[in-house]
Amino acid sequence: MSELNEYSKLNHLSNETIDGEISTLNLGPTHPATHGIFQNILKVDGEKILSSEQTVGYIHRAFEKLAERRPYNQITPITDRLNYCSSPINNMGWHMTVEKLIGAEVPKRVDYMRVIVMELARIADHLICNSVIGVDTGALTGFTYVFQEREKIYELYEEICGARLTTNVGRIGGFERDFSPTFHKKLKAFLKEFHKVFNEFDNLLSRNRIFMDRTIGAGPISAQRALDYSFTGPNLRAAGVDYDVRVMNPYASYEDFDFIVPVGTEGDTYDRFMVRQEEIRQSLKIIEQAYNNLPEGSYKADVPEFYLPPKEDVYNNMEALIYHFKIVMGETPIPVGEVYHSVEGGNGELGYYLISDGGRSPYRLQFRRPCFIYYQAYPEMITGQNISDAVLTLSSLNVIAGELDA
Amino acid sequence: MGKIEDVPTVNGEGFQLTVLDKVIGAARANSLWPLPFATSCCGIEYMATMGSNYDLARFGMERMSFSPRQADLLIVAGTISKKLAPVLKQVYEQMAEPKWVLSVGACASSGGIFDTYSVLQGIDRVIPVDVYVPGCPPRPEQIIDGIMKIQEMAKTESLRRRYSDEYKSLMSNYNIESDEQ
Amino acid sequence: MSSKLNNEAVLSQLTNRFGNAILESSEPYGLLTVEIQSSSLLEVVQWIKDEPSLQVSFLTNIAGVHYPDTTGREFAVVYHLHSLVNNFRIRFKCFLPENALMIDSLTSIYSGANWMERETFDFYGIQFNGHPNLVRILNEDSMDYFPMRKQYHLEDETREDKDDRFFGR
Repeated sequence: MSELNEYSKLNHLSNETIDGEISTLNLGPTHPATHGIFQNILKVDGEKILSSEQTVGYIHRAFEKLAERRPYNQITPITDRLNYCSSPINNMGWHMTVEKLIGAEVPKRVDYMRVIVMELARIADHLICNSVIGVDTGALTGFTYVFQEREKIYELYEEICGARLTTNVGRIGGFERDFSPTFHKKLKAFLKEFHKVFNEFDNLLSRNRIFMDRTIGAGPISAQRALDYSFTGPNLRAAGVDYDVRVMNPYASYEDFDFIVPVGTEGDTYDRFMVRQEEIRQSLKIIEQAYNNLPEGSYKADVPEFYLPPKEDVYNNMEALIYHFKIVMGETPIPVGEVYHSVEGGNGELGYYLISDGGRSPYRLQFRRPCFIYYQAYPEMITGQNISDAVLTLSSLNVIAGELDA
Repeated sequence: MGKIEDVPTVNGEGFQLTVLDKVIGAARANSLWPLPFATSCCGIEYMATMGSNYDLARFGMERMSFSPRQADLLIVAGTISKKLAPVLKQVYEQMAEPKWVLSVGACASSGGIFDTYSVLQGIDRVIPVDVYVPGCPPRPEQIIDGIMKIQEMAKTESLRRRYSDEYKSLMSNYNIESDEQ
Repeated sequence: MSSKLNNEAVLSQLTNRFGNAILESSEPYGLLTVEIQSSSLLEVVQWIKDEPSLQVSFLTNIAGVHYPDTTGREFAVVYHLHSLVNNFRIRFKCFLPENALMIDSLTSIYSGANWMERETFDFYGIQFNGHPNLVRILNEDSMDYFPMRKQYHLEDETREDKDDRFFGR
């Protein structure tokens, strides 16, 4: 009952007038506001949250055990399903991990193509997160604008790999085909038109009085606590720490590009929203730079043990036939070793810890999933806040259930 | 709004003569309220289907109900793990008759690529399913095709189907207590 | 950004300070990997965080590995740490025998270690001493085995509809 005394002092009420009761509320696994399946059992005093207890694991699909069964190029489809809103980033991260293990050098053109695809995926991920923050405050219009733009990004994915959402794009060593002329046409149109629609979406929410009142001060976390909880990605940058894997440990020629890493101050929902908005703009800048300077060259590295040879060679050339057989049956010799590689995913540092023992499938593959790690800070972020702020905080953290449970 | 022009009617001054089954079937089919039980990647494709490009609202599904008490159609999109199966069954039991179930995606239909110790190999192990939509994830056009098949089923279903012995034995196979008398 | 520290310097600082606790070291793919005794884990991690010249103060990852064939060293817990200030990454490994499967928990130093250790416990059964709430996190509470151990199959053992004849078993 001591919490009630605090509360009554704040509101200049005497203890006799309050007949308080602490109730338990189940923000259960199926709930319209939790975008994904996770359960929070909240202890509330009226609308104020006193404590919360979480249960996760409702979509545990055993990726790590599954990866121990599959050869290296069959693991790409399961990396898709980690953060499925930005699946090309997961795919590229996996390919780069294997390339690090086998010591393959990829041509510059492959790097730039990878950067274009990864930044498109980052835009798609941040668009969903920001429009869903809008939906949770009641602003449903932004969602419909933004999903139309996501359709355009889906069309770009379809040009390069054939699939919309779970892309399975690229190969170990590069890409399966070069960018087609239709892709160039659609990308130019996208770069020209996206600014206008995005500015319209921005005008709806960024300086909207009601939105700012709702989100400023909702679910804050300080930079020190965020570092203690091993936050990464936009959530850490909103708290004030400028840690971005693209800058700190550059991969895929990110050091060639000129972009800003936006940083917030308070670590509350408004800061997370604004950091993601600015990151979308920076991603557009990176795509323009990469596209305008796309170097000539091959779209694949020279790794015949991993990269399927063209079909004409398979039917006419003995070595190509043998390589084709070995790759499809998973008999390729892999060096023994352990490697850790991380990329900047939509939510932070997505790491792959791979131990290979020379066999056809990894001995151990562990995914360092950013959502899983920062979601543990959620009770600390919502204690003392109202229930509606808790809902907003959850959607602004961008917890994707596939990455949470793996 | 639905078209009732295929319902045989006789028009007169202030009255219309028709068959009750057809009117109720048409009304049910054209205003199904879905409960999107979206767990993973198929949920994002479902959201794209609800968006303005593929627009599910023109089929009468403008209002998505997240409460099972007010929903007609349970759309299960995404992987269901064994931990979540009792929750799914409870949500299904809370829905009122008549209710239909649409299983979207390979994971909901049969476990998909996740043949592991923690994934339920198909939701038809716990609840009866009406239409399966395969795909990983299925394109929005496929999801709309599945919904149109559910609409066909709702339109042509007999009004006494939910009280029949066959339906009762189906429910008892799943250990679901049907409270229709 | 290049690192401000290099592997040899850090390794020599560690060996000077801890001597016997450092068992082995290597540099696979450029990442300094140090195997330490599991009893001195907390000391090493605390020291490497507080030491002003190193400031390795970010816990990136905790993973478990099962090596069923090496007796006495069946389980390994692998810690990846990162110094954001100096851009330096380091990996620590602790090997544990199957009959004494416990190690100190890092939750007193890093709050983020809480769920990472719960996940390792859930998959391998490694006990973390001092953890506030060491229960299963991703699997069901009623599960009575540790699924990532090598002796268990990927699929559920209780299924009747999967015929081993078609899968070469």
